[in-house]
Amino acid sequence: MLGRAIHRSSKTISRVCSICRRDLHVCIVGSGPAGFYTADRLLKTSDEIKVDMLERLPSPFGLVRSGVAPDHPETKTVINQFTKIASSSRLFFFGNVHVGKDITVEELRNLYDVVVLAYGAESDNHLGIEGEGLPGVFSAREFVWWYNGHPDCANLPIDLQSTDTAIVLGQGNVAIDVARILLRPFQELNATDIADHALESLKLSKIRKVYLVGRRGPAQIACTAKELRELLGLKTINIMIKQSDLITTDQDEDEMKASRIHRRVYDLLCKAAQPKSSVSISGSNKELHFVFYRQPVKFFPSEDKHGVGGVQLEKTHLQTQVGSGRQQAVGTGIMEDLPGGLVLKSVGYKSLPLEGLTFDSKRGVVPNVCGRVLRQPINDNDPQFEPGFYVVGWLKRGPTGIIGTNLVCAEEVVASISEDIKGKMVSSHRSRTGNIGLQELLITRGIQFITFRDWQKINAFEVEQGEKKGKPREKLIKLQEVLQIAFSS
Amino acid sequence: MSMLEAAHQNDIELEGACEGSLACSTCHVIVMDEEYYNKLPEPTDEENDMLDLAFGLTETSRLGCQVIAKPELEGMRLAIPSATRNFAVDGYVPKPH
Repeated sequence: MLGRAIHRSSKTISRVCSICRRDLHVCIVGSGPAGFYTADRLLKTSDEIKVDMLERLPSPFGLVRSGVAPDHPETKTVINQFTKIASSSRLFFFGNVHVGKDITVEELRNLYDVVVLAYGAESDNHLGIEGEGLPGVFSAREFVWWYNGHPDCANLPIDLQSTDTAIVLGQGNVAIDVARILLRPFQELNATDIADHALESLKLSKIRKVYLVGRRGPAQIACTAKELRELLGLKTINIMIKQSDLITTDQDEDEMKASRIHRRVYDLLCKAAQPKSSVSISGSNKELHFVFYRQPVKFFPSEDKHGVGGVQLEKTHLQTQVGSGRQQAVGTGIMEDLPGGLVLKSVGYKSLPLEGLTFDSKRGVVPNVCGRVLRQPINDNDPQFEPGFYVVGWLKRGPTGIIGTNLVCAEEVVASISEDIKGKMVSSHRSRTGNIGLQELLITRGIQFITFRDWQKINAFEVEQGEKKGKPREKLIKLQEVLQIAFSS
Repeated sequence: MSMLEAAHQNDIELEGACEGSLACSTCHVIVMDEEYYNKLPEPTDEENDMLDLAFGLTETSRLGCQVIAKPELEGMRLAIPSATRNFAVDGYVPKPH
């Protein structure tokens, strides 16, 4: 394996040796939308910029591949754009390279003139309440990675047969996604790129009821119209929304006047709450319950003590915060139990810190100004920046927004980088050997990196396997299988 | 032909991440004259859903992939919103896609 890696890379090294020394060597860590939009905009600013993109998985594209739901193929079309960007002769993709494990951030900063961290958020906000570790309690992120074939979650012990009720805590778009995947007739997922193990599990699923629980009210719900419309439009479900929950205060109305998104989403919920004619309510339908003004207090075990039995919820009311004017959910002390054998916490992603990286663990971001990483200790009056060090995407802003939000974010960071190049804060230096130096280091350490050409072999194989089953692709999950295909002749 | 297609054919940088399938808002354009905005057919719910999320939304915003060229739109001017100006280094002009 090592011999093969050296042979491959010596071909690559000789190709790369013809670089003009004045080239600026840039390393982007992460190959999701933030990484790709940043690479694209950077390559467009100058002919003398070369970009290496590092990704810890063998496959690129981040959450476009592992987050977007299988029944949303149009949202994945952006992969075509990213593939085009990756075909630039000035961009080199290194898959299966784990920054923080195979190589450190400090080593990257010594190899490259500019390092941009774009590795997103791979962990979750924790509720920090009793019973959170009970079997059957997962984060929505883990469940999404499970049905999307992410290698980290392929073996998750998701049990859809021991209970008929799934409780989803949170009402954002990720919560809507997981509810929809649990409620859709599985036949509608047969022709998608859903992971095989998930499809098999969903075929046998006994889940009949899904609860979507939010701390605040319908006027504050975090999901957006397209996703909600789709969920409410599922043919084989009965939707339960309490009319009393839809009553709004003056402040709710003011908030909705100022926010088009919230107005339209609230109107959708009102329409869905209207009593339907008895003809359309079928006993065989699954149920979707919207639960508002409830916050989780603890998880309690099931009767047989083998896993979670449900969530204790506290009724809330909204209190306006002095200063921000934001309506905050405050507990009333009134408790109730909601039984359910599967709990999915969808209360926000969280970025992971890296050794040697300054990190705001409360917000889950790297402290920065317009993408420039702040140097510690941070002085608000006279901010100092780490030269040539930037962040983009969720690691910069926090884990919110859609794919397109990263386009705007990337443009801001690339503008910062361009300014710094012009102002000579960032420049190319002979001691930083970029691509050549990285390849030498990886080979010495026996790291089997995957090039974009290797990925295209994996991609072709997945598509071919998918065709046999009427799916757009059958995702390869086990690393050994992936490497075998990647390095096959 | 949609305005997104027209932009690409004329080497204007207008992103179209979902390639016109109403799954993003990257082709967001602002119709600069209200009278032209009013000539356009109303956006569908699906377009409005995506406009909800567009950066720098205005009263006369539309998705470029949903505005279709017609003779009566002759003279219409569209603005592309942007967060920052792209700083090209050393006067480098990027080649179009």
